[in-house]
Order: sequence, then C-alpha cells, then structure tokens
Amino acid sequence: MTPVGLQHYLVVSVLLFCLGLLGVIVRRNVLVIYMSLELMLNAANLALVSFSRFNNNLDGQIIVFFVITVAASEVAVGLALIVALYRRRHTTHVEDLAALKD
Amino acid sequence: MQDCLFYLFAALTLLCGVLVIANPFTRNPVTSAMFLVLTIVSMAGLFVLLHAFFLAAVQILVYAGAVMVLFLFVIMLLDLKEEERRRIKAGAAALAVVAAGCIAVIMITVIRQSKAGLGLETATVEGSTLDLGRKLFTNYTLPFELISLVLLVAMIGAVLLSKKDIK
Repeated sequence: MTPVGLQHYLVVSVLLFCLGLLGVIVRRNVLVIYMSLELMLNAANLALVSFSRFNNNLDGQIIVFFVITVAASEVAVGLALIVALYRRRHTTHVEDLAALKD
Repeated sequence: MQDCLFYLFAALTLLCGVLVIANPFTRNPVTSAMFLVLTIVSMAGLFVLLHAFFLAAVQILVYAGAVMVLFLFVIMLLDLKEEERRRIKAGAAALAVVAAGCIAVIMITVIRQSKAGLGLETATVEGSTLDLGRKLFTNYTLPFELISLVLLVAMIGAVLLSKKDIK
C-alpha cells in the first residue's frame, strides 16, 4: 500500500464535495440543503489544507481561515433568512417555495 | 500509524457525510445536524494529520461549536414535523446520484492522472499558530480587516432580517 500522500486527501475531498452536491440536489428541506452546502465548503477546506501541506506553502491555510469566517457569517444570514421565510410562509420545503416560478 | 489514522478519519468523515444527506432510518434534520457535527470533528482529525493544528482547533470551535449550535437552534425553533412525510421522487434521486457520481469519477480520474504531489511526500510545513499569525498580520492584514467588515455586515443583516415586520 502506498504511503498516504496528497492524492489520498484530494480523493477524500472530492468524495465529500460530491456528497454535499448530492445532498443539495436530492434533499427538499432548506435546512438540510444548507448543511450540505457546509459539507461542500468543508471539502474545499480539506483540499486547500492538503495542498498547503504538500506544497510547503502556508497561504492555503490562511485562505481556509477566511473561508471558515465567511461560512460562519453566511450561515448567520442564511438562517435568519430561513426564519423570516418560515414566519411568512410556514414551510421550509423547497417545493412549496416556488412563488417566482408562477 | 499515521496512515491508519488517515484511513480511520477519512472513512469516518465520508460515512458521517453520507448519513447527513441520506439517513436510512430517519429524515429528521436534528439527526442530520448531529452527523454533520461528527463529520466536522473527524475532519478536524484530518487537519491534525496535516499538521494544521490551529485550523483543527478553529474548525471545532467555530463549526462544531458556533455554527452547529445556530443550526440546531433554528431547527428547534421551527416546527418541522410535516417535512418527514413527503416522499423523495425515486427517479430524480437516481439521476442526482448518477450526476454526482459522474463528477466524482471525473475529478478522481484527473487527480490520478496528474500524479499530484509526487516527490513532495516529505512535507515540512507546520501550521502552528505562530507561523499562521505572523503571516496573517504581515502579508494578509488588509483581508483580515476586510473580513471583520464582512462579519459586521452579516451581524447587522441577521438582526435586520429577524425583526418582526420586514417591509
């Protein structure tokens, strides 16, 4: 078995990203879609950290730091939006939120 | 030893990731959130294996702590009983699996072809707090200040959106 290198980490990152993508497509609850988005962001973070480690360059970790910060603020605003939406429409099911389609 | 830990944490991350999006037993969002916490914690383990100690700590503090508490708070706030009764369309789900699987196959093939990082197996970068902080406050001072502005705007936005009567 080959020693664990950059490729192994990248494969894990890709698989996790595709899981998040699958969740965004399949699930119909806005909150779970949001969690899948977090999964995709985490997959990108893992790729950045492993590139930073194996290229002897610390900049990747700095970007991950910023990504985590932006993700935190995104979650705050997004969840506030979901709460406002629920208060008005009494649902978090995406198929009930098709007002722009009609 | 490190390789074993890698495989352990990678398997744990992927398994919990699957359980976040498709739990065979329940479709309760609280369960998804709990498995997302497990995913994030095992990913912090992967960060430790990559010697990104500070980021592992931030990952657990910010993601597993703050963000997931926010998620759980909102899930508990909303009454989501009705969601569980809806069916997911089998055809759409199968197509989604095919699409995501194709993307995974393409990207993994590219990674295998590119032989990324061969010859760089002896990594030396240490993500210690000292190095990271020094870099953050010399090369990246402007983005660091701008990110604080982003946080401020997000805070104001969240407060504004949660007000009782949005016009």
